[in-house]
Amino acid sequence: MQAENEWGLEQLTRHIQKIETLATRNGLDFHPVDFELVPNTFMMEVAVYGLPIRMPHWSFGVRYIHQQVQHRMGGSHIFEVVFPGNPNRAYLVTDNGLAQNTLVTAHVLGHADFSKNNALFARMQQQVGYHIVTEAAERARSIQDAIEEHGLRRVEMVLDAALALEQHIDVDHPIHRPDYPLYIEPVPGRKATGFRARYAGLPGEEPPPAPQRRRAPIPPQPESDLLWFTARYAPDMEGWERDIFLAVREESFYFYPVFACQIMNEGWASYWHARLLREADFLPNDLYVDAIKSHSDVIRPFATGRDIALGINPYHIGFTMWEQIIEKEGLESALRIRAEEDDCSFIRNHLDDGLAEKLQLLSYRISGDSRAGARVRIEDADIATLREQLIAPKFNFGAPHVQAVGLGNDGSLTLRHDHATDGCGLDLDRAQKVLEYIALVWRRPITLETVDGNGNPKILTHP
Amino acid sequence: MNRSDPRQPSNLAQAHHWYDLFSRGARDWLRHNDKVRSAVREQLPEMIAGSDILSRPAGRTVRIPVHFLEHYRFRLNPSAEHSGVGQGGGQPNDVYRPGQAEGDQGGQAGAGGNGDGELRFLLELRIEDIVDWIWEELHLPDLKPRVSDALRDEDLVREGWSRHGPNARLDRRRTLKEAIKRRHAQAEGATPFSDEDLRFRQLARRQRPATDAVVALVLDVSGSMDEERRKLAKSFFFWAIQGLRRQYGNALEILFIAHTSEAWEFTEEQFFQVAATGGTAASSAFKLVLDIFAQRYPAGRYNHYLFYASDGENFADDQALAENLLCKLGDIVNFMGFVETPQNPHESGLSETGRLFRALESRNYPAGTYTIHDRGDVWDAVRRFFQLQARAEAGTEVRHASRE
Repeated sequence: MQAENEWGLEQLTRHIQKIETLATRNGLDFHPVDFELVPNTFMMEVAVYGLPIRMPHWSFGVRYIHQQVQHRMGGSHIFEVVFPGNPNRAYLVTDNGLAQNTLVTAHVLGHADFSKNNALFARMQQQVGYHIVTEAAERARSIQDAIEEHGLRRVEMVLDAALALEQHIDVDHPIHRPDYPLYIEPVPGRKATGFRARYAGLPGEEPPPAPQRRRAPIPPQPESDLLWFTARYAPDMEGWERDIFLAVREESFYFYPVFACQIMNEGWASYWHARLLREADFLPNDLYVDAIKSHSDVIRPFATGRDIALGINPYHIGFTMWEQIIEKEGLESALRIRAEEDDCSFIRNHLDDGLAEKLQLLSYRISGDSRAGARVRIEDADIATLREQLIAPKFNFGAPHVQAVGLGNDGSLTLRHDHATDGCGLDLDRAQKVLEYIALVWRRPITLETVDGNGNPKILTHP
Repeated sequence: MNRSDPRQPSNLAQAHHWYDLFSRGARDWLRHNDKVRSAVREQLPEMIAGSDILSRPAGRTVRIPVHFLEHYRFRLNPSAEHSGVGQGGGQPNDVYRPGQAEGDQGGQAGAGGNGDGELRFLLELRIEDIVDWIWEELHLPDLKPRVSDALRDEDLVREGWSRHGPNARLDRRRTLKEAIKRRHAQAEGATPFSDEDLRFRQLARRQRPATDAVVALVLDVSGSMDEERRKLAKSFFFWAIQGLRRQYGNALEILFIAHTSEAWEFTEEQFFQVAATGGTAASSAFKLVLDIFAQRYPAGRYNHYLFYASDGENFADDQALAENLLCKLGDIVNFMGFVETPQNPHESGLSETGRLFRALESRNYPAGTYTIHDRGDVWDAVRRFFQLQARAEAGTEVRHASRE
């Protein structure tokens, strides 16, 4: 082991301590970080699973192979992964040089500051706890126990459904939600006055019966948290199956802020690694140059020159935006923004024309089949359109908005796709497959309302 | 910043060594592959008609390109026009064709990313496994080879141990056990090994009933059998042989016989390439098969099978002779099947030879007819062959028994 990183563990430890002092002096505020040096293989798995130890599922195997292929082709290089909490857990790669890992340390501190202070991160951490890594491992273990008790096929069947609905949670509700009210409380009638009072006072008149309370429909309003709804209201699920749904849901709550603040968070960390390294006069010159080379690799746009990329580099965008904010509005203001906003408001409030031009943002439209005959056309878009297009993939955890709208007396489930908001219908083949997954755990008929490619109402059912 | 909480300094730790020992990704990848295999298995009836499998009948494995399984999620309709934001030096109204997208940069891992793409991989399946799957899938019977009373080969069977023998047959484990036993029984200071401890495997000669089988594949190569019909016949032959191999193992011998108005025996490689012109006299082939069976594969020591593939046209004046010979064959074989690839797509069992086989079938001979119009029919034919054969096998036993 020692030979692998001949640049020395002590050296990096000293750098970490000094950079931490520097960060604190600059106004960053973070929970302590447990750094760990891990082999690249381990790091790739963390990136695939999102967590170091997570429940087993075959779909992770597919992502794992994709990751391996990408890595072999040199398309992906992972520098660090950090899990917010108290303490934070950060993984560095042993194969990276001292310069890169010093840079990564500063980057991690940026993330640590962000996750402690950002309101969305703070709220989610309060709910899912400050030890996500150990808790996820604990959940993985109980799922392993379930596999031993109930068999791989049954557990996999539940995970197929639960992980397919991974993004369908509702973070506006707390993670521990009360059940729906059983009854609609009657609105108390108005007190009789005038003629009604005199009429009621006539001899022989019964007072009108008090309004009966009615059973509340389930769900009382369309429910977006499909994981919770299934775990709580599926008519015929066993306890351990509901537990698996709740376990997946809890991890989704953890992942949500990482998803919803990606541009801000990566930009913030990139800004701070650049700034802290610039100010770290204790670093030897050549190490600084090496580190800054890695920095510019990370924050370069995916396409340069006349090429275009049909995607954005969140590191690049976030970094450039934070640089301008701090330059124009000052650090205090930036600290406030990192505490209060998420990507949607960040883009809407702070991406201006100048930045869009500097970042070479462009709006494109793809027509035709996305494979062979596709044409990509660059559109003339104003800044408002650009902003909305940029944050469009952020809505609803990046998934179509599908809600549970009805639970029949026979236990049948009705789902409705909010196609008006999403702008088009669902991929019907895939939707049908998802219904099949859900039906295996719901065990009653399921209906899904959406629209087809031409905008006509379409109802999918299973079985 | 003024933090009041006394905070632990951050620390740096080395990797745990076990990180290298276990890969969750590989575990889930193997599970994915298991699922692919069972998915392939469900598709097998459709897949076996594919020519890429049949083109290598001698191969022990076949490779099937498969897509990754997709874990489905709700997605928006992909055919709809969609727009997004990219980066680069493009100007409004520029038109591009999409090229290769660049990979993700990693960093904090989110829950997104469905990991689908155009990657495909090759799944290597053993033909034996495929055949086993098909048997399970279609609940086909496991046929028992006909065991004749005539004893044939002598086999050397391992049987017991001896104190003497050649070194090559020394059983080390057994010898060690003996040594331990002896040392325990003896007083202290016993020698670790002595010649008494040595044990050698002993071989004995045993006679084994014959369970060999011979299959005669007869192909009509007259002008009316075109390329497509031969392919169909070949598909059928291939799977029928695989099934019989399952039964008889490597003791299965195959005869390749082609005929027009004459018949010849070929090797496997030549067999499917044979092209000839001329009339059709099925009796020539039946005669040749009877001769070969009589000379090389005597009844009682072999199980005999016959498959005959033809479009069913036969010389009118050959009919009586063909029928006569077929009856003789019918007495010998475990089963004979007629694979009919008719000229007319709607025709079935109406050809001369087809009628002949049908007549034999109704007279309780172990015979069957299968009509194959296109690839989709191959599977049904194979399936029916094995079901019919199982029935015929039972019937043959009765017939043979009643005759004795």
